[in-house]
Amino acid sequence: MALPLAFLTGPELLGAAVLFGALFGFLLHRGGLTDFDVIVRLFQFRDFTVLKVMLTAIAVGGVGIALLHGQDLAQFHIKPLNLLAVGLGAAIFGVGMVLYGYCPGTGLAALATGRMDALAGLGGMLVGGIAYALSFDWVAANVLPVGAYGKLRLPELLGLPDWVCYTGLVAMALGIFALVAKAEKKANLR
Amino acid sequence: MKTPRWNPYLVGALIGLLSVLTFSLANKPLGMSTGLAQAAGACAVPFLGAEGVAQNTYWAKSAIPAWDYSTLFLVGTMLGAFLSAVLGGAFQFTVDSSVWRARFGTSKPKRLIAAFVGGFLALYGARLADGCTSGHGISGCLQLAVSGWLFFIVMFASGILTARLLYGRSTQA
Repeated sequence: MALPLAFLTGPELLGAAVLFGALFGFLLHRGGLTDFDVIVRLFQFRDFTVLKVMLTAIAVGGVGIALLHGQDLAQFHIKPLNLLAVGLGAAIFGVGMVLYGYCPGTGLAALATGRMDALAGLGGMLVGGIAYALSFDWVAANVLPVGAYGKLRLPELLGLPDWVCYTGLVAMALGIFALVAKAEKKANLR
Repeated sequence: MKTPRWNPYLVGALIGLLSVLTFSLANKPLGMSTGLAQAAGACAVPFLGAEGVAQNTYWAKSAIPAWDYSTLFLVGTMLGAFLSAVLGGAFQFTVDSSVWRARFGTSKPKRLIAAFVGGFLALYGARLADGCTSGHGISGCLQLAVSGWLFFIVMFASGILTARLLYGRSTQA
């Protein structure tokens, strides 16, 4: 499928990568997501910044890309559902994120603001990446095939049309924001 | 140290619009950990040799070390955060954070070792899952990928448990 808007190729695409990345990094810092305390307090239900940013990004980006997809102006890039690999990987990732105090993207951004713990974490990430590559053959034989359902989307899983799922997504985000606002009000009163 | 922060809903909406741009103009989702795995491959060359890296199934198949869209996006992310910090007067060399200090004190080696181990686990986990908070958490979830939502939910649950184990049931500060 040719995408009429996807005119970026070659060197332009590489320049766009730096520009898009810069916008992302700028937003991460301005949003407070490069702050160790903001990240760790999310998991203690004491700071909901990360949740607000992520859910808003998912809802806005989701609806926007769905509309473009409907006009054949955007392609989906669905990562396969490998139950064991995604579940186990996410569990390990959660431990790492709390210990590190950042995720891979916010860690790089935090490093660029002078955070030296983020530099140590970058070292850890590079060694972790090497460890994964070295263990890949074993993982590919023993972990990736367990519960491999391919590129599955929620509309297929639930048997619902896309627009119903996107409406549900937006409604869920708004519901969570209302709950968070309530919890924040309560915490301020204490 | 404190730059005036933008409203999180505004920042989220702008990140959402940014992914609309990357999907439509570049046909690329937002993602971080593939680029980091490519960088890891480049860093492994002195130890494994260029041959060793080129012959590794994972690097050859999914993360060829190169200056391409994924790795340049990482460079951009660092540039953008650096600009934001410098313009906001927030650039500062530090390892300090109040949550960590309240629990583990001011020892720098302790913090740096924890960050190294945490970074190791975060990237190993992200590669095993085939994505991180951006690739699965934002790009996957916004496309309604089941893998993205599974990652988001399990990552969140694991983070809550880990925070409880590390920091206890603290409510102060």
